[in-house]
Amino acid sequence: MLVQLLSPEDLNRTITRLAHQAVERFDNLEHFALVGLQTRGVFLAKRMAEHIESLYQTEVKLGVLDVTFYRDDFRTSTSKSLPEAKITEIPFDLTNMNILLVDDVLYTGRTIRSAMEALNSFGRPAEIRLCTIVDRGHRELPVAPDITGLQVPTHENERVEVHVKEVDGQDGVFIRRKNKVLNFTSDQPKEAK
Amino acid sequence: MSTQDNETTEYQFKQKHLIGLADYSAADINHVLSQATNFREILDRSVPKTPTLRDKTIVNLFYENSTRTRLSFELAQKRMSADVVNFSASSSSTKKGESLKDTVRNIEAMKIDMVVVRHESPGVPHLLTKFIDANIINAGDGAHEHPTQALLDLFTIQRHVGPLRGMKIAIIGDILHSRVVRSNIIGMKKLGAEILLCGPKTMLPNTLKSMGVEITYNLEEALAWAQVVMSLRIQLERQEGGLFPSLREYHQEYGITMKHLAKYPQFTLMHPGPINRGVEMEGLVADSDRTIILSQVTNGVAVRMAVLYLLAGGSRV
Repeated sequence: MLVQLLSPEDLNRTITRLAHQAVERFDNLEHFALVGLQTRGVFLAKRMAEHIESLYQTEVKLGVLDVTFYRDDFRTSTSKSLPEAKITEIPFDLTNMNILLVDDVLYTGRTIRSAMEALNSFGRPAEIRLCTIVDRGHRELPVAPDITGLQVPTHENERVEVHVKEVDGQDGVFIRRKNKVLNFTSDQPKEAK
Repeated sequence: MSTQDNETTEYQFKQKHLIGLADYSAADINHVLSQATNFREILDRSVPKTPTLRDKTIVNLFYENSTRTRLSFELAQKRMSADVVNFSASSSSTKKGESLKDTVRNIEAMKIDMVVVRHESPGVPHLLTKFIDANIINAGDGAHEHPTQALLDLFTIQRHVGPLRGMKIAIIGDILHSRVVRSNIIGMKKLGAEILLCGPKTMLPNTLKSMGVEITYNLEEALAWAQVVMSLRIQLERQEGGLFPSLREYHQEYGITMKHLAKYPQFTLMHPGPINRGVEMEGLVADSDRTIILSQVTNGVAVRMAVLYLLAGGSRV
């Protein structure tokens, strides 16, 4: 069962707000860079960069990061196939930069831990901050987002999906209930026969 | 890429060992090459190291001398944080008469996850898969296969020249004794390349035609046709076998010269190393910008990282 949390317009508005908050948070755009995490974070970071560029008439540095090789769970996860790594491209020197990591959903925090380790292999940033569209809770590591689009309390067997049109065909945020654990049918008004 | 993602793609890499490219499908080979692209990028970082294999112990079991391949494997393993032990037959228990089987079972008893093996006898890597449970990677077995060399050649052609489908590749030199050629022909055919073999008749068995390749004894013909020319090392130690009259004569017939580069400007030159300057090619040719020999070496580390990553991951539940 797929429930929509944000419509395409909602998501677009959220991204715009996050872009504004990023500027507010970092102030000095000269040493500022956005780094999107593969896969969806890349497109979200790109849109944030476009917003900031059109608002402030300045170029925003943009990187793409894949953390597969830095994961601590790539061999123990329950998924049958080995995660397929994607492109990493950091076309600037990270040293002394203020980095805003952009990811779609913040869950256990393990992706972000891997991302911090991966970023350090490129140099030593002045700071690394985290922006995420959805924070769904259930953290397993001491990781907290600095800028969040939406906080959603979830059950562990639910999935939160941020869709972007470049990958999924359309924008939106959804929650997918895998098992029908929650059954409200008895509370629903019965249809008159 | 959150941990909740559970994306399933249709293709799954299911190999446990890399014995030869004969056992790999075109999809398997393409998967290794596409993963290698990501590792190639890691090599350019200021800290070219990932924690990916930090829970793995790998033994490099070299019964035959090798500098390049062993260094390349060891570097790939260290770049991925694996624990590495090296074994070379010249300074080991083999000298005391221990059999291959006993050596390997002893090593396995030390809790080894992966074995990279080079041996002068064809079939040794395959044999090891029956003795022990570790992932086995063939780093060259006799004149049989040398799959990681072929993978790195394929990767280099793709990266520096273009897609392999329809690519015209000429392989020149001592075809008979080369395991690199065997693996390369298998891999290139699977990815749809056209192959022309060229060399002295004594080193170019006609039977290879059964592998779906063309054969010529005329160097000029090969150079005029090819987009990629792969020159093979003449194994000086085999020269006594009388396969060709002298190194100088070989060079005159099959050595690539600056004149060739000028006359046929369309091909890119590769060589698996080590080069005999003045035999397979003139020294100036080896140094010219028409060669991608050093790229092959760098790419070799990335390709071996991809192989290690995929095999280590494949062994999980």
